[in-house]
Amino acid sequence: MEVVLAVVIGALYAAGLYMMLRRSYVKVVIGLALLSYAASLLIFTVNGVTRGRPPLVPEGALRPPEPFADPLPQALILTAIVIGFGVQAFTVVLFKRTYQATETDDLDAIRSTEHHKKPGVPASISGAREG
Amino acid sequence: MNLLLVLPILIPFLTAVTALLAWHNRLLQRRINVAGASLHFAVALGLLASVSRDGIQVTQIGNWPAPFGITLVADLFSAIMVTMTGLMGLTVAVYSLGTIDARRESFGYYALLHTLLMGVSGAFLTGDMFNLYVWFEVMLIASFVLMALGGAKEQLEGALKYVTINLVSSALFLTSVGVLYSVTGTLNMADLARRVSSGTIDPGLTTVLAMMFLVTFGIKAALFPLFFWLPASYHTPPIAITALFSGLLTKVGVYALVRVFTLIFVHDVAFTHSLLMVIAGLTMVTGVLGAVAQMEMRRLLSFHIISQIGYLLMGLALFTELALAGTIFFMVHVIIAKSALFLVSGLVRRVAGSYHLKELGGLYRSNTGLATLFFVPAMALAGIPPLSGFWAKLTLVRAGLEIEDYAIVAVSLAVSILTLFSMTKIWAEVFWKDRSESSDPPKPLSPFQRHSLLIPAVWLAALTVLIGVGAEPILDLAMDAAAQLHDPSAYIRAVLGGGAV
Repeated sequence: MEVVLAVVIGALYAAGLYMMLRRSYVKVVIGLALLSYAASLLIFTVNGVTRGRPPLVPEGALRPPEPFADPLPQALILTAIVIGFGVQAFTVVLFKRTYQATETDDLDAIRSTEHHKKPGVPASISGAREG
Repeated sequence: MNLLLVLPILIPFLTAVTALLAWHNRLLQRRINVAGASLHFAVALGLLASVSRDGIQVTQIGNWPAPFGITLVADLFSAIMVTMTGLMGLTVAVYSLGTIDARRESFGYYALLHTLLMGVSGAFLTGDMFNLYVWFEVMLIASFVLMALGGAKEQLEGALKYVTINLVSSALFLTSVGVLYSVTGTLNMADLARRVSSGTIDPGLTTVLAMMFLVTFGIKAALFPLFFWLPASYHTPPIAITALFSGLLTKVGVYALVRVFTLIFVHDVAFTHSLLMVIAGLTMVTGVLGAVAQMEMRRLLSFHIISQIGYLLMGLALFTELALAGTIFFMVHVIIAKSALFLVSGLVRRVAGSYHLKELGGLYRSNTGLATLFFVPAMALAGIPPLSGFWAKLTLVRAGLEIEDYAIVAVSLAVSILTLFSMTKIWAEVFWKDRSESSDPPKPLSPFQRHSLLIPAVWLAALTVLIGVGAEPILDLAMDAAAQLHDPSAYIRAVLGGGAV
């Protein structure tokens, strides 16, 4: 099971990074989502996949019998998923607004923060020229 | 339960919530903003006083004993950083009253500002790695919205870059935390320190983890070669936000680096801290060279943020008590001086209508007070005695000479001269040269706006002088804080209880 998950995680990281390197920022959003899935799955797998052994303490004992599934990584993943969901929702809206403002989804065309505008040229004109 | 540890997080949270409840009443939001920021600063000062009097303060949230629950810890370094957060929060809260437009205010600017302060304070106070991740996210989401709020094209483009790189860094942070837990079986920082130093963990694996955290926090702190997002985005939002970001956000990254590389990853100092030294030198040099080439004030100052991060890292890399004290002193100095410069550049913009050096000029003749207000923090940043920067750099240089690391000392002094050069460039272009063309007269400021712009800038400039003139007590405080960082046994004992070490 761990081997399969390890391959899946590797593939997710690779796909996420590949998407992040694309020029269209729609693909960058997908890449970011894949990266966060990969990170969640990694936390789950790297801490040991234990099946059917809930961490329940039997009566009279002080700790659950080994081996048991560690609940902490799952709590971490749950938190990470919630945070990731919120952040990704924000990112999608931000990218949509950026698309409306710049009318392009090509990251190479987004350079108005790199240079100072020529004095006297309004932002819209210099932006259009560069785009 | 020590309330002083919880209040620096709780007060900005409650302020943000009440500001949201007063959504339709802009005036009320402004009042809540100032009241909340003042209260936050007061509590932070109280925390600093309590920590310097009684030593390290610890609170276990929900009374779960460490290392099982989430721990809030304030050693002197944390307390100093929380105090700086309170100071910057109050300064920017007042400055915002005069500079932030009504549209941004009614779209929740003040709620976001205080959410950011909550995230930053939380990051400084937590003693748990995963909790640190959560506070980073709180801080980041607030900063994302603050950067994009207003929706100008330039802002959105800057935010796009800022958000993307920070999400990559967050994914890496999460990955590192997951692997850290699987390797060590704990996420409590004090417990991590104990387990790593016990030698049961493969040192090679620990080094790999150290490098993962170095990259994660390196992106947030804008270290060489991970700094490209900073000059591409920091100058886009309104200047009050830029000043706050420059004062606090990259410093949280540096704080996290100092924390993990003094407490946890000290198993192989010869490798890790030598690497930090190389990065520190390169960060200083590339930052200041980038600044020299800029002609736009905000971009120029943004590059200086990077260069100053190099100095902060230098103290960590030297890794002696004196050097760490230098880092802490420098942190206090640079937060104040750099934010003061951003506030003054905002004032210049209000008075002369531009941030661009070529379009400005003659301000010394027309506005001598403003020129002085720029001159003081600029000279402090360059390290001219008797201002704060001089003592900060002197401490770092002395620490470098003490352990005979002449290369980094030489680099830091050369970078100081280049810093002075680019400050004089601003001085010559903005204040000294004659103005080539007369442009439209600026919009007149109302007396209220005047005060809300001037008081924070004057207050920060006066602080750089005060810290410079009265350096002794602050250096003593920094030395005590550095002693706690250099020998973490007190920290570990405070968190885990008596016989832990």
